[in-house]
Amino acid sequence: MAVNDTLESTHKIHQEAREQQHNQLVPTLNDFSQELTTLNLGPTHPATHGIFQNILQMDGERIISGVPTIGYIHRAFEKIAERRPFYQITTLTDRMNYCSSPINNMGWHMTVEKLLGITVPKRAQYMRVIMMELARITDHLICNSILGVDTGAFTGFLYLFQEREKVYEIYEEVCGARLTTNMGRIGGMERDFTPVAIEKLRKWLKEFPAVMREFESMFNRNRIFMDRVVNVGPITAEKALNYGFTGPNLRAAGVDYDVRVMNPYSSYEDFDFEIPVGTNGDTYDRFLVRNEEIWQSLRIINQALDNLPEGPFHADAPHYYLPPKQAVYKNMEALIYHFKIIMGEIEAPVGEVYHSVEGGNGELGFYLVSDGGRTPYRLHFRRPCFIYYQAYPEMVVGTSLSDAIVILSSMNVIAGELDA
Amino acid sequence: MAESNEESTVAQTAVAETDPNKLTNARVLTTLHQLFGEDAFTDVDEPYGLLTATTTRERIHEIIQTLHGEPTMQFNFLTTMCGIHYPEQEDQELGMIYHLHSLVHNVRLRLKIFFPITDPAVPTLSDIHATANWMEREAFDFFGIIFTGHPNLIRILNVEDMDYHPMRREYPLEDGTREDKTDLFFGR
Repeated sequence: MAVNDTLESTHKIHQEAREQQHNQLVPTLNDFSQELTTLNLGPTHPATHGIFQNILQMDGERIISGVPTIGYIHRAFEKIAERRPFYQITTLTDRMNYCSSPINNMGWHMTVEKLLGITVPKRAQYMRVIMMELARITDHLICNSILGVDTGAFTGFLYLFQEREKVYEIYEEVCGARLTTNMGRIGGMERDFTPVAIEKLRKWLKEFPAVMREFESMFNRNRIFMDRVVNVGPITAEKALNYGFTGPNLRAAGVDYDVRVMNPYSSYEDFDFEIPVGTNGDTYDRFLVRNEEIWQSLRIINQALDNLPEGPFHADAPHYYLPPKQAVYKNMEALIYHFKIIMGEIEAPVGEVYHSVEGGNGELGFYLVSDGGRTPYRLHFRRPCFIYYQAYPEMVVGTSLSDAIVILSSMNVIAGELDA
Repeated sequence: MAESNEESTVAQTAVAETDPNKLTNARVLTTLHQLFGEDAFTDVDEPYGLLTATTTRERIHEIIQTLHGEPTMQFNFLTTMCGIHYPEQEDQELGMIYHLHSLVHNVRLRLKIFFPITDPAVPTLSDIHATANWMEREAFDFFGIIFTGHPNLIRILNVEDMDYHPMRREYPLEDGTREDKTDLFFGR
């Protein structure tokens, strides 16, 4: 079948192929590259797992350029935060990376505690570590299992979502909420772990590794999966650093930067764990790094639970930490503190503080400028998604559309965190 | 608070004396002064242990570029940057705040610049750090800071036809004409 330059002949070839009704490849005309196709990937596309648009220029199957448009669910959190007392901002952080809300909540609490100079007791710190690592596991579970869905394997997703459901039941037992958790308070946790929570946690810790092993045996050396992800969307360490990558995406490129180790917070220095790194930063490395981080998080949770110190679960800071409700009805001081905290009339020092935690996607930073008023003067969130998503056009150029979906999925771009 | 800051500085100096290779805030500051001169930085402080200095927009590009390749400190990671608005500071209303991180030495540095709102032009950093691209678009979107030399300075999170920069302090969060809500108790 000769390949001609004209459009008519292409139609003819296509028609012939249709008439023959078999599975032979239809040759594409070379000068079709003159005519690029514009493809709107999003804003609402089932494979982007969030509301954001990519306008792709396609040359046949190949992506020539991509222009991301973001901001579809921008909710002006930084502006809203300038009118809210500190404790009310926690609910805003929930809605950033909603796959790992507890990390956002506690990162914010620690930022305020740093500003106010509150020291949190050891037990509360360990409880926070347990909840943050659970959140990291659920975050990675979603990312990796959905990567499976995007490559055509639905089973892993179903298996792991059952486990995620159990973690959400633990959240529910600890704080009463599941997705937007609003967990903990400035100064510690709002309540101690109940015996039921501990029991659920221990049960899950016993059952989950088997499921995770099954998931890994389903994917890690699966020929079909590897063909789809190995060497897809690689990024070098230099480029990743220049683009401000953090978290699993940076570690997949071979840089062992982890906030939990570099700037330990909430007693992370007490635990023994490893930081997995990849080699060439492709989709497969990102997948494996996340899988290994799940195992390391399990290690941390086990250590924290076994060595959970006795003692109070919140700091002795009556000016900032709400008294128990029973005391508010009977005790005058408790009533006064309750009133002052709820009205936001707490004493906050003038100052500026930057605090960062290792979120599900990387360094989640809070830059808080306080002028001593009841609300922040300025609050800036360093949102890892927002920062590394700008490398996406460069990563997809030259790949095919199906690769672009896989790359997007493995970068774990969460729309809520992207748009704040 | 001031006392605790002083204590941490003293503690860091003590560590610096015991470990000659440890890069501390004091050493960073000395090197900064050597590289750019003492008059390049004002308002040097260490709030909560993070070295903070104010410089000028004329020098910020040079400083960050030099720090990026500087072999002893290697501030090669731009953690974040954000705008800020102080309406009462005459001719210094707008500001940009840069957080740099030396991943090798694990030291952070915060640099600030302030400039008048009538002339909000700042050199772009996107030629040094690729990550500055969207951060600068964000600062442009919310504060109207113009980054000269930026390859694509358009709004990023707000709609294109918005005609103001919403994070400036003159724009209240809620509609000022509303009468059903009072800020007497709950407002800022």
